[in-house]
Amino acid sequence: MSTQLNSKIPAGPLGDKWASYKEDVKLVNPNNKRKFKVIVVGTGLAGASAAATLAELGYQVDAFTFHDSPRRAHSIAAQGGINAAKNYQGDGDSVHRLFYDTIKGGDFRSREANVHRLAEVSVNIIDQMVAQGVPFAREYGGLLDNRSFGGAQVSRTFYARGQTGQQLLLGAYQQLARQIGLGGVRLFNRTELVDVVTVEGRAAGIVVRDLMTGEVTSHAAHAVVLATGGYGNAFFLSTNAMACNVTAAWRAHRKGAYFANPCYTQIHPTCIPQSDEFQSKLTLMSESLRNDGRVWVPKNPDESRRVVDIPEEDRDYYLERLYPSFGNLAPRDISSRAAKRLVDKGQGVGPLKNGVYLDFADAIARLGKDVVEERYGNLFEMYERIAGENPYDMPMRIYPASHYTMGGLWVDYELMTSIPGLYAAGEANFSDHGANRLGASALMQGLSDGYFVLPYTIGNYLAPMLNKAIPSVDHPEFKAAELAARERFNGYLNIGGTRSPDWFHREVGKIIWDYCGMERTEQGLEKALSELPALYDEFKKDLRVTGSGESLNQTLEKAGRVDDFFQLGMLMCRDALERQESCGGHFRSEYQTEEGEALRDDDKFCHVAAWEWSGDPMTAKRNVEELEFENVHLATRSYK
Amino acid sequence: MSNHLKDIILKIWRQNGPQDSGRFETYKVDEISDEASFLEMLDYLNEQLITEGKEAIVFDHDCREGICGTCSLMINGQAHGPERSTATCQLHMRKFSSGAEIVIEPWRAAAFPIIKDLMVDRSAFDRIIESGGFITSVTGGAPDANLIPIPKPVADSAMDSAACIGCGACVAACPNGAANLFTSAKIAHLNSLPQGQAERYKRAESMIEKMDEFFGSCTNHGECESACPKEISIDVIALANADYRKAKLKNKKFISRI
Repeated sequence: MSTQLNSKIPAGPLGDKWASYKEDVKLVNPNNKRKFKVIVVGTGLAGASAAATLAELGYQVDAFTFHDSPRRAHSIAAQGGINAAKNYQGDGDSVHRLFYDTIKGGDFRSREANVHRLAEVSVNIIDQMVAQGVPFAREYGGLLDNRSFGGAQVSRTFYARGQTGQQLLLGAYQQLARQIGLGGVRLFNRTELVDVVTVEGRAAGIVVRDLMTGEVTSHAAHAVVLATGGYGNAFFLSTNAMACNVTAAWRAHRKGAYFANPCYTQIHPTCIPQSDEFQSKLTLMSESLRNDGRVWVPKNPDESRRVVDIPEEDRDYYLERLYPSFGNLAPRDISSRAAKRLVDKGQGVGPLKNGVYLDFADAIARLGKDVVEERYGNLFEMYERIAGENPYDMPMRIYPASHYTMGGLWVDYELMTSIPGLYAAGEANFSDHGANRLGASALMQGLSDGYFVLPYTIGNYLAPMLNKAIPSVDHPEFKAAELAARERFNGYLNIGGTRSPDWFHREVGKIIWDYCGMERTEQGLEKALSELPALYDEFKKDLRVTGSGESLNQTLEKAGRVDDFFQLGMLMCRDALERQESCGGHFRSEYQTEEGEALRDDDKFCHVAAWEWSGDPMTAKRNVEELEFENVHLATRSYK
Repeated sequence: MSNHLKDIILKIWRQNGPQDSGRFETYKVDEISDEASFLEMLDYLNEQLITEGKEAIVFDHDCREGICGTCSLMINGQAHGPERSTATCQLHMRKFSSGAEIVIEPWRAAAFPIIKDLMVDRSAFDRIIESGGFITSVTGGAPDANLIPIPKPVADSAMDSAACIGCGACVAACPNGAANLFTSAKIAHLNSLPQGQAERYKRAESMIEKMDEFFGSCTNHGECESACPKEISIDVIALANADYRKAKLKNKKFISRI
């Protein structure tokens, strides 16, 4: 029997749910707030905004980051923008439209109530960030400028050059810094979560490792927020930063938090392809390039002429051929899979034949070099710096790469995981993007969770706990978790094998990418599920970590993270295998329409899969939360 | 197209902790693709060291897209290496040739103590921001975002200053170990915007005085500007100094709120 998951969605019409929740929510008196301690792990958009706001309200906040400074969090790398239903352009936008676009973009696999709340608070986010001094792009009249983004027919994206994530993160970081200066937040930098502690079924605190000294210590609190990002680095090569990892979410999962929809991962079509075997990460090139670039490969897989000498008739502009109405602007998942099929057939380009061309020659001829430079100059420069080729003379080479993960810790409407008192925010939770995230929505969700949702919902949990004692760090559960963490890290040091953590990460990533990447099959997933445990056994026998556990040791840090990726990888493949349909980023080749589009099975799979830890990811239990759509009609996403 | 560089000699600073005196050690990379980034070359060297049972070289890095500001390194005496407006993580081996000898050191500045090998502690930067590098604006009380029009040139110039990634190259490049470019970039960003006016002079005074607790003084060498991977203009220092001077008068007379 499956466990019943209570998503705690408030009653009433969709548009009133959040307002009525806020009216009924329990409050904590301002003078009592300081009696509560809240731990926030992660200082990206969600974590920094939550920590700053909770401290403003008066709670005692302890914030943790494994970086040297909160400002380094990976939210900083987002380029494009942030959506908000402001309708400043008067082009017919509304909260309902943003809600509908996000539900549809997620291929009808997200919760209506959560997504509607996200669309509602989107407008507050822009007000808040402008008040903090975020220098969004403006029109000459001084009002805010907007651009349009994929999956929408209105211009609702606010941006700060190609550095929107940076400016928003610095805004949230500055609010956090203010609270640190005022003493409302204690910051623990270069400190990594290694376990979550529960006592009598409630979150009691965390166990952390000081990365500078290797010391393992415990921190107790009334509530714990995990804002620790996504798990895209499970693929090894991704656009995520090097340190991004799943450890916090995974350790929470092992303590009883359900992990939802791990197979929902997003692949971004325009990244710079891998250039050699040393490659450590992939760099994304903004999707906006596809507005003027034409995607093609040579018709002949053995083409040996220089790219500029290949005549028109020997080029295959395959997106224009296959999807005539959308052409080069076909959605992310469709164009990613088309590129993969051609590369798999041997028609890839570049020294490793692992990319496709994105050609600006026509745009330069039509618009002139100056216009192209004005639109894309900084991106061309970045490409040249990395690839060493000038895109004004030679087409760019691009290939899809892992970029974002929609799956994550299962949370209810209050963003609480299945462990009472443990919350998950931002990319770390699964809640708002369904099976596919639209561009410019990740920043929106992180800030919505941190600034406008958690500060209300946490009070509802804390209010009844007033003046009740909570377990201290001397509680046996904390001691046991500390001991287990020390033993785990000493264990990595003592294996004394021959392969580095990076070697294993590369190998495990390759299996997950090959079988649980852009396109999945039953056969492939079963193969992955036999290869992963075998490689994991080898990891446990043949890992080599040099240095010691008593001082800064990046190799040891990496070993712990790779361990957790192994376990997560197995769960991703199991989830992909069980979900016998295609939806959004999850594409099973057995389930597709005649045109090669994702074929959902709403009768059997219109639900969230929330996995329960059983001691081994290979035997985790699959629980189900049915998704009920009362306000939107389940349609097929069409690109014709 | 890809070539392989051969016989790269690396002289790398190794220091086993803040108290250790440290020394250069020489390593050889026999062959590396010129497509590799500088940090991938160090990854490769570290793999080699682990295979030999030796401890990997510690260095700070994260996004490898030139935006998070985590990476550092003095490369042949230049902060972030030889390529202009490029952070170390975006520097590629094609800028070097076979047989090259490359000296790699951590940031050298009194305010950035070395933690281990090539990693330094830059938390003094956080202390500066905590002292005033923000606009006080409690969550929930913000007016509509379009209520205050901001002329495009003002917004653009605020953005130019706000582009700082907090890497610390300016301090490392400065002969005085001053942090005026970093501090002034934040002051210029916030003080030029209408939202930042209420705390303008308080901000200038407290940030600059907090900076002076940790860092050396600016004597207008301009090394910071040329080392900055985001090309922040040294003009911001003049703007911050002007506000600091006014602040000393205004704050003294308690008329800063006027």
